[in-house]
Amino acid sequence: MSNAELGSGEKQNLRDWLRTETPTSRRHARIASLYQGWLTLKANKLAMIGLFILVFLVLVAIFAPLLAPADPFEQDLANRLQPLWGEGHLLGTDSLGRDILSRLIYGARITLYIVTLVAMIAPIVGLFVGTVAGYAGGWVDTILMRVTDIFLAFPRLVLALAFVAALGAGIENAVIAISLTAWPPYARIARAETLTIRGSDYISAVKLQGAGPLRIIVKHIWPLCMSSIIVRVTLDMAGIILAAAGLGFLGMGAQPPSPEWGAMISEGRKFLLDYWWVATVPGLAIFTVSLGFNLLGDGLRDVLDPKDAGDA
Amino acid sequence: MLEQQDKLLDVQNLWVKFPTRNGVFDAVRGISFSLGKERLGIVGESGSGKSMTGRAILRLIRKPGIVTADRIMLHDKDLMAMSEREMRKVRGQRISMIMQDPKFSLNPVMPVGEQIMEAYAAHATASKADVKRKALDMLEAVSIRDPERVFRAYPHEMSGGMGQRIMIAMMLIPDPEILIADEPTSALDVSVQTQVLSIMDRLVQERGMGLIFISHDLNLVSSFCDRVLIMYAGRIVETCRADKLHEARHPYTRGLLNSLPRLTEPKERLDVLKRDPAWREAQSVSGAS
Amino acid sequence: MSGLGISHLDVWFGSGHDRVDAVKDVSFRVDSGASFGLVGESGSGKSTILRALTGLVPNWSGEMIVAGEKLARKRTAQFYKKVQMVFQDPYASLHPRHTVDQVLSETLYLHGFDAIDQRIVKLLDDVGLGPSFRFRYPHQLSGGQRQRVAIARALAPEPEILLLDEPTSALDVSVQAEILNLLVDLRMARKLTYVMVSHDLAVVGHMCERIAVMQLGEIVEIMSVADMRAMKTSHPYTKHLLESSLGYKRVENIA
Repeated sequence: MSNAELGSGEKQNLRDWLRTETPTSRRHARIASLYQGWLTLKANKLAMIGLFILVFLVLVAIFAPLLAPADPFEQDLANRLQPLWGEGHLLGTDSLGRDILSRLIYGARITLYIVTLVAMIAPIVGLFVGTVAGYAGGWVDTILMRVTDIFLAFPRLVLALAFVAALGAGIENAVIAISLTAWPPYARIARAETLTIRGSDYISAVKLQGAGPLRIIVKHIWPLCMSSIIVRVTLDMAGIILAAAGLGFLGMGAQPPSPEWGAMISEGRKFLLDYWWVATVPGLAIFTVSLGFNLLGDGLRDVLDPKDAGDA
Repeated sequence: MLEQQDKLLDVQNLWVKFPTRNGVFDAVRGISFSLGKERLGIVGESGSGKSMTGRAILRLIRKPGIVTADRIMLHDKDLMAMSEREMRKVRGQRISMIMQDPKFSLNPVMPVGEQIMEAYAAHATASKADVKRKALDMLEAVSIRDPERVFRAYPHEMSGGMGQRIMIAMMLIPDPEILIADEPTSALDVSVQTQVLSIMDRLVQERGMGLIFISHDLNLVSSFCDRVLIMYAGRIVETCRADKLHEARHPYTRGLLNSLPRLTEPKERLDVLKRDPAWREAQSVSGAS
Repeated sequence: MSGLGISHLDVWFGSGHDRVDAVKDVSFRVDSGASFGLVGESGSGKSTILRALTGLVPNWSGEMIVAGEKLARKRTAQFYKKVQMVFQDPYASLHPRHTVDQVLSETLYLHGFDAIDQRIVKLLDDVGLGPSFRFRYPHQLSGGQRQRVAIARALAPEPEILLLDEPTSALDVSVQAEILNLLVDLRMARKLTYVMVSHDLAVVGHMCERIAVMQLGEIVEIMSVADMRAMKTSHPYTKHLLESSLGYKRVENIA
């Protein structure tokens, strides 16, 4: 079927094209298999809720200037600590009279920024270390895994704190610190996967074509580790948001007046008993986004697990 | 024809269905057969529904699979009408099942002897010493030479043939009336296979058990069983006496037989089975004895 | 001189106390264009010989000569152009996330072929799969179709010697017949040399001219297929294997 026919807009045609058992080109094969995965994911209601939350978060971050009712930095000391559902301030105001809803909306950008950066650094470092260690074996494995163990042995927040203390406070340094503490679990997963993959017949088969170790790792082992890594990333995201918030809370992450959610909780903490919503609302936001990532991660595990691929 | 009281199991119109995204998949499509005190072979290729039939009798089909049948009579009791609780009593106690690979059926962190004793204790009340003696007897019954040593061993210390014998021993402790064996020897080497089969053979003869022997191996079934059901696409296409399997008439059975390479009759090319869509649609043959 | 010769091959795994000798002092010759069978039960070392030939096991001693060339520790790209292998389980020998097209094009690329597109179509045609199979993933193929893809992959570098490690033991008998016929046809068309490992004497008898029977890592007997069919065997173990493979005999009692 050509693309022109696709353009004719017949929904049934498109669905048949997507669900075909006999793809006609490389691209077609890839799209069809993605579509199969999407169908599996779609059948999982909880995962769809998670996906909805995250899409919502992205949209909010993109359209923050349009959505926010007020300037997130504008102080109005006359109207400080307004209650929920107040006039002009749907979620009230904080101790400096800033609109909490607006801060929350702009804070989505910072959360997304942290999450994206960490998700780009930590899993890739972990994947690289883990697969090389697993495939090479011997002393390379020993050295790389002992280094990983050392990183794993420290509590994450303490290690991140030490890094931030050394690098200086600020959101970029917080991201680097969190990434540095987040990669070891990925390395462990990637190594374990590599150990099972490396002895399989399809790796032997490609060795018999004269493929070198780099090619085998990148082209044959990475695609198989990716699924468990992606699942782990989504499940980890909740922890990463909390770590970032924790650093913000301790004053080591985002600096005031930045509307980072953790920093907002930290500020609201002083008034928790009398004005509970100031800290609770950003807390709920963190909770919701973490939940979204967790739900999506669970659903993705069902879709991506290569062990189930045969039953699809 | 068997007399009514000799009939151990009578299955009428058995279906196994699996709902999938693309509609309902029928693994077994309305088969009927009965079992007396005999060795009944069920042969077919992968996907023919032969294993599903064995599991369906014990109602061991996992969700979302569905089992329906007009009746599955064990003597005068209908298994389909039983509660899950009653079913649990039937499983193991009256009908036992042996799976293909013993590695996956034994608990890896428990000595073999304890597992046998546990299997026994689940079915009968007896003193610990009695149970142990009974377990050792069982190991001896399946031709294990050194039962005391095997009793203390862990499953990973066993060879495949030994593991399968232990499985048989466990299944036989409660003295079941029916044994369902799903490819019990296909994970074993030929020489060990013969030993395991002869143990099952002897037990069937001595105890008057009914045996349902599920296999893909036509040669084996025709030499081991009394009667054979040939399954294709969830239906029984033909039934015949096992020793007369080589005179089978259905084109599917003939095709399977001809596609086998034979040591004694060399030929240049093997016949390839041509599947006729009509086989799929044809009504199931009754497997009543 | 082509073909393949092995003399005094030992293969072992582990070292010291844990050392397991998988192959012990094995020698045989396969002439160019011949078909040689290795039979034995699991653990007899028959597959290990193939893995040693292809360089997939690290510890071996002895001499292996392939197409007139003595094999060194490390196999060259040239070697893999001459010798290819088909694995036992087609469900395990294809990468679950690579399409048929990716599998074949990578193989052709690694061996430095050009006109890869045409070659893929030709290869699929040779193994009896149409072009419609080209962009499928392994999970969209049946066992027999997967094994055909694996055979196409092995044929891609245009080898002289094909090592077959139980190529049909994971398949149904009707599919086995198709694959065995295909292998017979390919051998005729391409003048291939086969070394086939199997536990099934009937399959080896159908495919090979000479057969080595292995037990516990050693070859106990090498004989012609005609002798095997006539049950002319000198070794009791071979006799035992032959008898067991003919089906179950009601025996009064086996200890």
